[in-house]
Amino acid sequence: MGFKALGLETFPAASAAEATQVLRRITRDSDEYAILYIEETLAAEMSAEIDKFKDSPTPAIILIPGREGSIGLGQSALKAAVERAVGTNILGD
Amino acid sequence: MASTAITPTRMVLNQLKGRLKTARRGHKLLKDKRDELMRQFMDVVKLNKQLRIRVEEGLTGAFASLQVASAIMSPEMLEQALLYPRQSVELGMKFKNIMSVNVPQYSFQTKNNDPTEIYPYGFAQTSGELDDALDKLARVFEDMLELAQVEKTMQLLAEEIEKTRRRVNALEYVMIPELESNIKYIAMKLEENENSTKVRLLKVKEMVLQDAHNYQK
Repeated sequence: MGFKALGLETFPAASAAEATQVLRRITRDSDEYAILYIEETLAAEMSAEIDKFKDSPTPAIILIPGREGSIGLGQSALKAAVERAVGTNILGD
Repeated sequence: MASTAITPTRMVLNQLKGRLKTARRGHKLLKDKRDELMRQFMDVVKLNKQLRIRVEEGLTGAFASLQVASAIMSPEMLEQALLYPRQSVELGMKFKNIMSVNVPQYSFQTKNNDPTEIYPYGFAQTSGELDDALDKLARVFEDMLELAQVEKTMQLLAEEIEKTRRRVNALEYVMIPELESNIKYIAMKLEENENSTKVRLLKVKEMVLQDAHNYQK
């Protein structure tokens, strides 16, 4: 809600299903959006949809903690990338 | 082994030697590429980790302030206050080439340069906590943008590293050993042929001599 005041466009979604719909709609039509921020709690249930964009340069889908605070999904994306590149987790956590 | 499919001739041997040379050079180049990508990747990962922590802390703080604001103000008032943004952000994107991987570079421009312009409402009817929340959000936003850039870079690099690593391994453990064994096979086969030819010639010479001079016997 607060992001709107910063001049970002917001797409409210109550459930992961709804969020998936919105995501499909705004990524299908154009490359208008380069970065999408999604709340972790929503993203947790739609990771398949989000993973589709992992290898394309746009859009960048970034998970941010929701109102309830971080649930560590954003950090796990980092870990997954390291594991993918190195073959093992070398960060040690 | 594929050595059964190749014809043991000198021409094929030369061809294979050429391919082995190319494969070795390709392997070396790809290995260098992988190492350099890895170095870049580790830098990005480190940066990403820091940014992630900073953004998460910032956002949690901002949301907490927003929570307080929404507790003080009525939901209708809050919605009304944030309904129409005065600020808008233009996001520019360029691509930077890191070792043949195109990674995005974002730059953003706000329509209003005045930092006080983030408040899309009058101060009379809203609580100070809301101002506080928006201020925190605005401050964390720049980090969020950088995080997006770094995280995307990281994902793209990870993909490229994975691909390169697979190629290096395929060359190192499949292509090069196979070529080497084929070359060895041909070399041995050629030597064998040479030997048998030599023996045959000796034999023929003996027979011819026997025919001509009738010695022995």
